[in-house]
Amino acid sequence: MSKYNVKPNLSVNFAGIQSSNPFWLASAPTTNTGEQIMRAFDAGWGGAVWKTMGARVTNTSSRYSSINWNGQRMMGFSNIELISDRALEVNLRELAEVKKRYPKQTLIASLMVESTREAWHNVVQQAEDAGADGLELNFGCPHGMSERGMGSAVGQVPEYTEMITAWVKEKARTPVIVKLTPNITDIREVARAAKRGGADALAAINTINSITGIDLDTLIPQPDVDGRSSHGGYSGPAVKPIALNMVQQVMSDPEAMLPISGIGGIATWKDAAEFVLLGSGTVQVCTAVMQQGYRIVEDMIEGLENWMCEKGFHSIEDFRGLSLPKMTEWKDLNLNYKVVAHIDEAKCIGCGLCYTACWDGAHQCIHVDRVSGQVDGPIELHAKPSDVKAASRSNISVTPIPKLDGYLARQPYVTPLARVPRVDETECVGCNLCSLVCPVDACITMVEVKTHLPAETWEERSAACLTGESC
Amino acid sequence: MQELLQQKPEIAERFGDLHPPFEAQAAVVESNRCLNCFDAPCTIACPTHIDVPKFIKKIASGNLHGAALGILDANVLGASCARVCPVEVLCEGACVMHGSNEHPIEIGRLQRYAMDSFHAKGGKLPRKSDENRTEKIACIGAGPASLSTAAELQQRGFQVTVFDKRPSAGGLNTYGIAEYKLPLTESLDEIELIKDLGVEFRLGVEICGETWLAELEAEFDMIFIGVGLGAMHRLSIPGESHPGVIDALQFIEDYKTGKISQVEGDVVVVGAGNTAIDAANAAKRLGAKSVSILYRRTREHISAFDFEYRQALQEGVHFLWLTQLMAIHSSAIGITSVECLRMEIDSDGSLKPVEGSTSHMECNMVIPAIGQSPLLELLDQCREVQLERGRVVVNRATGQTTNPKYFAGGDCVNGGREVVDAVADGKRAGVEIARLLESAYV
Repeated sequence: MSKYNVKPNLSVNFAGIQSSNPFWLASAPTTNTGEQIMRAFDAGWGGAVWKTMGARVTNTSSRYSSINWNGQRMMGFSNIELISDRALEVNLRELAEVKKRYPKQTLIASLMVESTREAWHNVVQQAEDAGADGLELNFGCPHGMSERGMGSAVGQVPEYTEMITAWVKEKARTPVIVKLTPNITDIREVARAAKRGGADALAAINTINSITGIDLDTLIPQPDVDGRSSHGGYSGPAVKPIALNMVQQVMSDPEAMLPISGIGGIATWKDAAEFVLLGSGTVQVCTAVMQQGYRIVEDMIEGLENWMCEKGFHSIEDFRGLSLPKMTEWKDLNLNYKVVAHIDEAKCIGCGLCYTACWDGAHQCIHVDRVSGQVDGPIELHAKPSDVKAASRSNISVTPIPKLDGYLARQPYVTPLARVPRVDETECVGCNLCSLVCPVDACITMVEVKTHLPAETWEERSAACLTGESC
Repeated sequence: MQELLQQKPEIAERFGDLHPPFEAQAAVVESNRCLNCFDAPCTIACPTHIDVPKFIKKIASGNLHGAALGILDANVLGASCARVCPVEVLCEGACVMHGSNEHPIEIGRLQRYAMDSFHAKGGKLPRKSDENRTEKIACIGAGPASLSTAAELQQRGFQVTVFDKRPSAGGLNTYGIAEYKLPLTESLDEIELIKDLGVEFRLGVEICGETWLAELEAEFDMIFIGVGLGAMHRLSIPGESHPGVIDALQFIEDYKTGKISQVEGDVVVVGAGNTAIDAANAAKRLGAKSVSILYRRTREHISAFDFEYRQALQEGVHFLWLTQLMAIHSSAIGITSVECLRMEIDSDGSLKPVEGSTSHMECNMVIPAIGQSPLLELLDQCREVQLERGRVVVNRATGQTTNPKYFAGGDCVNGGREVVDAVADGKRAGVEIARLLESAYV
C-alpha cells in the first residue's frame, strides 16, 4: 500500500529540546542509573528524564503496591519511593557519560532541592554543566519530600511554584519544564503560576495521592512498612483518564498553555496518540516500563508510525492538539442530538448483559420479549427480570443422551431469537450503557435518530427561557 | 464406612485426573472470563439449575465459601457432579462464549475448584431450617437420587433413613464411575457430609419382599425409591458363563475397590455406551495388551458422548464397527478367543449379518456393557406404584408416583442418565415431600 511507503517522522522539537521520538522515560526507578538509561536508549527511547536528583534520601522497604483487576496485574500502581538515593555527584557524572555516548538522545535532569534561591541556582548550574538538554522541576512528589517543604509542598501552592520557577529561570540556559502535581483542586492555577514564573514547558501529571488497599488478613494498608503504611503516589493504566483530563484543561487555558509533556498511564502507542491529540509534545512513560521493561517502546514507535501512515500524518505536529477543539463545556453540547441503541441479532450471543444493565442501570427500554412481537407505546408492562429468571428455573432440564433423545439439532453458534433482547426505541434515551457492557464488538451500536430540530445548547435554551419562550 | 473400602495406591496413581484442578491464579482468570449472563443458559441447561454465574463471580472475588454454598444449595453432590458431569453437553455446551468463537467458560473445573476448597477447609452442609420435625422418610438405595432427597429433607429438619444393600453408600458414585473422573475417596467424603447432617444410613440391608415393605410403610411417613437399575444385560451367547466374562459395572467396581489391580492379555468390550468406554479405558490403564470395543452398528449410532469416544481413542482403544459377538471360546487356562460376525445395515436401517463373515479374534477377557435391566423384583412389590417399560412412572415436577406415599427418582425413573439428573430428581422429590408433610399440619 502506497501510504506506507513514506515513513513518518517522529522527531520532535519540544520547547527547544530536540528528540528523535516523543517517547521519554519519566523520572523514576527506570532512570535511576546511567547504565539503565543507556540500555533504554538502545531499546529505542527518544529521551529520558533522570530520576530526580537532590540531597540523598533513604527509602523504605517495601515501597510499592498495586491494584489487580479481573486477574490482570497492576491496573493501578502506587509507590512511596522518594527521589534518587544516590549522591548528586554520582548521578551527574553518569549523566555526563551517557550524554557523551548518546549525543542524539535527549537527557533531562529532574531536580528537587530545598526551597532557597541559592540551592536551586547551584543544582541548575551543575546539571547543565553535566550536559542535560533540559531541566524538569519536580514539584509533584506527594510523599516524603513534601514534609521537607519540597515536591508537592511547592506544587500545591501557586505562589511557590511561580517563585521557584523564576529562580531557576534566572540561572538556566536550557529549557525549564515544570512537572505538575494532580493533587490540587484546579491544575490550571499552578500551570498558570509556572507560566508566570517563566517556565518553557510543563509536564503533567505526577502521581495521585492514594491508598491502594488493605491486607484483609493483617489489616495493614499496603505497602507494609514494618506494620504501618503511608499514602502513595498512584500511577498506571487506572490514572490515564485523569491525566488526559488535566492535560486538556491546561492546554485549553490560554494563561496556562505551554508545550506539555504528557504523563499518566501511558503504556501503548494508542495512549501516546491520545495525549498528543490533546496537545502533548512528548509523552513520558514509567509504570508500563516498570511492569514490562524498556522493550515496550518498540511497539509504541511502530504502532504510532503505522497509525500516522494510515491517517496521513507525516509528523507529530500534524496531529498534535487536533482533538482539543472537540472538547467543550457541557453547556455547549447540542441537546437536540439523539441516538438510540441497535442490537445486531446476527452478532448477539444472548448473554443478556445489556438487558440487566438497562433495567438496573438505565431506563428499562431493553426487553426479552422479541419473539412475542413488537410492543410499542408510552406505557408498557413487561415481565420483570426476576420473573423471567424464575420461569427458566422452573423448567425441567435433563442431560441430552444421543441414543435416548436423538441427536439434537443444536447449533451453538446461533443464538435463538428468544434470547436476543429487543430495544424499544421509543423509550431508549441513547445513554450508551448497553453498548458499553456488550461483550461482542459492534453488536450494539448507537444509531442517530433525526429529531428534525435545530442544534441547541443548554446555554441557548436557558437564554430562550429567560426571554419567555418555551423551554 | 471408609474402612470398608480400601483403595490401592497404585490404582489412584494410574487413574490420574482426567481434568486436573485449577491453580488459584488460573481459577481467578478463568472466572473473570465469565460474562455473568442474565438468565444464564448454563444454569438453565443444568438439571439442578446451579446458579453458575453467581458462584463463578464469587470465585473471582475470593469468596470461595460462598461459591461452594451456592453450588450445594442447588446440588448437594456438587463436588462429584463437578467431576463427572458431561459438561460438554450441559452447562459448558450452553455457554454463550460459543457464540463469539471463544472457548466456553470451564464451569466444571471452576465448580470443582470451589468444592475442593470447601472440603479442604472442612466445610459442613448448612441446615435450611432450625425446626426439628418428627416425620420420618425412608430412602431405598443410597445412590445420588436418594442422597439428594435425604439431604434436602434432613436439612429441612425431617428424619431420614437411607437403606442400601451394599456396604458403602453412594451407589454408582462410589462403585461405578471411572476412577480418573471421580476417585472413590471423593465420593465417600461427600457422603460423610450428608451423614453429618444426621441422615441415618442402614447399609448392607436388602429391601426385598412384601413384609419388608410393609414394615417400612409402618415406620416411615414417606418412602423414596432411588434404587437405580439392576444387573447388566446378558449377552446370551455360548461361553458367556466363563469366569473371564465380567460385566462392565462389576469390572469398574472391582478395580475401584481393589479386587483387581491388573489386566493382562487382550480385552474385548461389547457395547459402545459411556460405561463401555469407561471399562475399556480402565482395562487399558490396568495393563491390557489390547482393548477392542465391539459394536453392532456404526460410529453414528453409539450412545457414548462424543468426547467420551474421543477420550477412548486417545487412550488407545480400538473400535470395531458392525461387529456382532457370537461366541466365547475358552480352554483350561481361560478365554482364548471370541467369534464375531460382520453386520450390515439395510436401507431401512435394520441390521443383518453378512453371510459367511465369521471371524475369530484372540481374546483373554470379555467385558459386556450392553445396558442394565430394571430392578423389577423390588419395584413390582411396591403397592400401587405404576411401572411402564420397567420404569417407575412419576410426576416429573414432584417425583410423586401413582402411590402418593411413594416418590421415586434417578435411573429407576429415567432408565439411566447422569448423576446430575438423579440429583435433580431427588431434590424435586425432597422439596415436594417436605411441602406435603408441612402442609398436612396447616
